[in-house]
Amino acid sequence: MTPKTLVRPYGDTTGDGRVQLSFTLPVPFSTPDDKARAEGAALQLAGKMGLDPAMVVHAKGMGPDFTFFVVYGRVGHLVDLSEVTVAEREFEELSPAEINLRIRSALGRKLVVVGATIGTDAHTVGIDAILNVKGHAGEKGLEYYREIKVVNLGSQVEVPRLVAAARAAGADAVLVSQVVTQRDAHIKNTRELAAAFDAAGPPRPLLIIGGPRFDPALAAELGVDKIFGKGTTPRDVASYLVHALAPARPAEAGSATGQVPADAPARA
Amino acid sequence: MTAPASPPNPSPPKPSTAKPSTPKPRAPKLTIDPQVVREARRLASQAGQPIVEMARAHTTVSVERAVLRLAGLSGADADGMPLVNHLVDAVRAQTGLEHGVALPAWDALVSGGYPDLAALAGAAAAGQVSLRIPAGADADAARTAAGHALAGGFARIDANRAKRQEMIDQTAEPRKPWMYLIVATGDIYEDIPQAQAAAREGADVVAVIRSTGQSLLDYVPEGATREGFAGTYATQENFRLMRAALDDVSRELGRYVRLTNYASGLCMPEIASLAGLERLDMMLNDSMYGIIFRDINPRRTLIDQRFSRQIHARAGIIINTGEDNYLTTADPVDSAHTVIVSQLLNEFFAKEAGLADSQLGLGHAFEIGPDVPDSFLLELAHAQLVRELFPNAPLKYMPPTKHMTGNIFAGYLLDAFFNLAAVMTEQEILLIGMMTEGIHTPFLSDRDLALENAHYVRSAAGRLGESFRPEPGGFIDRRANHVLAESVDLLRRICDDGLLNAIADGTFGITKRPADGGRGLEGVITKADGYFNPASDILDDSGRSHQVGVLAAATQSGAAQ
Repeated sequence: MTPKTLVRPYGDTTGDGRVQLSFTLPVPFSTPDDKARAEGAALQLAGKMGLDPAMVVHAKGMGPDFTFFVVYGRVGHLVDLSEVTVAEREFEELSPAEINLRIRSALGRKLVVVGATIGTDAHTVGIDAILNVKGHAGEKGLEYYREIKVVNLGSQVEVPRLVAAARAAGADAVLVSQVVTQRDAHIKNTRELAAAFDAAGPPRPLLIIGGPRFDPALAAELGVDKIFGKGTTPRDVASYLVHALAPARPAEAGSATGQVPADAPARA
Repeated sequence: MTAPASPPNPSPPKPSTAKPSTPKPRAPKLTIDPQVVREARRLASQAGQPIVEMARAHTTVSVERAVLRLAGLSGADADGMPLVNHLVDAVRAQTGLEHGVALPAWDALVSGGYPDLAALAGAAAAGQVSLRIPAGADADAARTAAGHALAGGFARIDANRAKRQEMIDQTAEPRKPWMYLIVATGDIYEDIPQAQAAAREGADVVAVIRSTGQSLLDYVPEGATREGFAGTYATQENFRLMRAALDDVSRELGRYVRLTNYASGLCMPEIASLAGLERLDMMLNDSMYGIIFRDINPRRTLIDQRFSRQIHARAGIIINTGEDNYLTTADPVDSAHTVIVSQLLNEFFAKEAGLADSQLGLGHAFEIGPDVPDSFLLELAHAQLVRELFPNAPLKYMPPTKHMTGNIFAGYLLDAFFNLAAVMTEQEILLIGMMTEGIHTPFLSDRDLALENAHYVRSAAGRLGESFRPEPGGFIDRRANHVLAESVDLLRRICDDGLLNAIADGTFGITKRPADGGRGLEGVITKADGYFNPASDILDDSGRSHQVGVLAAATQSGAAQ
């Protein structure tokens, strides 16, 4: 038996191709003429999106200049499952509860993270978004994780002080944010950071750099373990920390201990 | 500089000018023992009193900069560093700030022949001013000049308060609960049409979210700004532009649309002052938020919040506290009592700073997981408890965020239950929940649907609160009493440990914040014997006469009953 590779959206019957969508167009919806034109505009968009036939089931004017639509329709497109490619993630995205659990079972103590901006960079927006409880994009920062201890050194920390503070705190990982990129200051600072930690000898904490204009592919070349670019959330960083420092023991994967408690928040 | 016409210590507007929310008596619905409530308040005051004394004995760089802002100093250098920072830094470097910025600054202004504070600040930044702590007649002259300058600032704040009332009289006070919507584009000139559109769609309160991380800047940016990270910088000019735009739309709609911003972070006193000077109507202002969620030094925050609340009291601004945030980090059922404890502390600090009940937008939130059995009953119990503990406060109720999973349809239902809980328990300021919370910045249509939801519930069930009577001894009643009992226990522990130690131990929002940790401690200064702060002199006076007024009003209403 060959697995079915061609599918269509399912409304209430196999193969009916029915979908539903909503959108707003910048068109008025006041007079009868407006309304007719607005609905026509919505149907035109639906048609161009591949809905045939399409039906505007709801249209509502929002202020003088906008109309909101709910549209149902049938799409002719086929989905070929054999052509779906899934990007391999370098590491698995975990929930906060899973992250805490993995640290507890793999390390048996808190994971220590030291964060700072270095050199002349006074922009703490990035490092604070990752570290502060307040967090970023609806996700709480690393301070929120019970099993992560955060030491936030703030801005413009000199590299030797960062090395000493990381040693004193017993850092498992050092997070450095670099926003300023004038004259490639971020590249220079990062190399300096890696060299200083190399010179300080073992144990060398995991070195993680973040910044909106960094190319994540440069990590090895700059001598650090990981570079995070624009749009990184605290949970991305926490998941990576667990991946690199608290790997799941094979027996745990999918076993009872690997399960997330039912009360774990869906999103931190 | 020109001396303003008004006398140095203008008397504050009488509390009666804050006419809108004449408290109507609310019938108690829970079987709460008034003695337990009195005990809770007594403990909150006992825990808070040492903090007030600490705040009175210290000043901060931001309090001192606020003095200069209230005296009318604005502007920045070519790099954007405000002149108030330059002048305060120069005073700190030359004479220290133990005596306050005002004595050395106005001494230099009077004796140095500078045309105004801006010229003095510019010269100070260039290192061309020699500053000193004056004595004798020179000190008197400096005090008088500073007092006149500050009187000008307070006259403007008082005029704004009167102007707000005048606007409300000309338009109308919106029906409660007020619908509170957020705009945040980063660009004030984009925010303005969005805010006006939100008002036309039904928003009674517009909040302009600040740029991420502004709370950690130790200066207030200057001028109209067009770039921010996930929000728009709070600046005096942005405040002015937005208030003017909302005045236009208020007149158009015949309904006064309030403007909100954030007095939190390292510049709390300055931002509070700018809010008073530009007639903002509400300010986020929590006694502990910056400590817990932004790692700002506890002492710095608690000193700054006292001054900022004195300003808000004078300006007739409603503060919004941030207890909802605890429930986004801690479990909303297990930690429900931490919200009550924080509200009681916020109330104590607010009253001490001169705020009236009608200015206390105490915060809480609807964050219990929908999979928890009886979650809606638990929410009703918590919301009703808050309502009864603070019967005359315009409570600020925050919508679900934690359990908005991306299933926008389920999220829309959850928001409807939130709206229903709000009307059943007579909440007054309702942040409108978005079904796309946490997914993206709300679409125009998200906002429209959210308002449709809230308007439907307000219209269909707006008077349900009148008939909502939880059964005495029933689930809701017992839960409310349980949370209150837990709150009293926690307050006792805080009194034993001291509030600063409790914060250090992670009592609130699960985060540990030691009293000497966090940002901004270097900006805290112990006052010397001759400390002079012309703003505090005026504010302490207005606080005293306000409290006399409140006392008189309380006596009258007591007699009437």
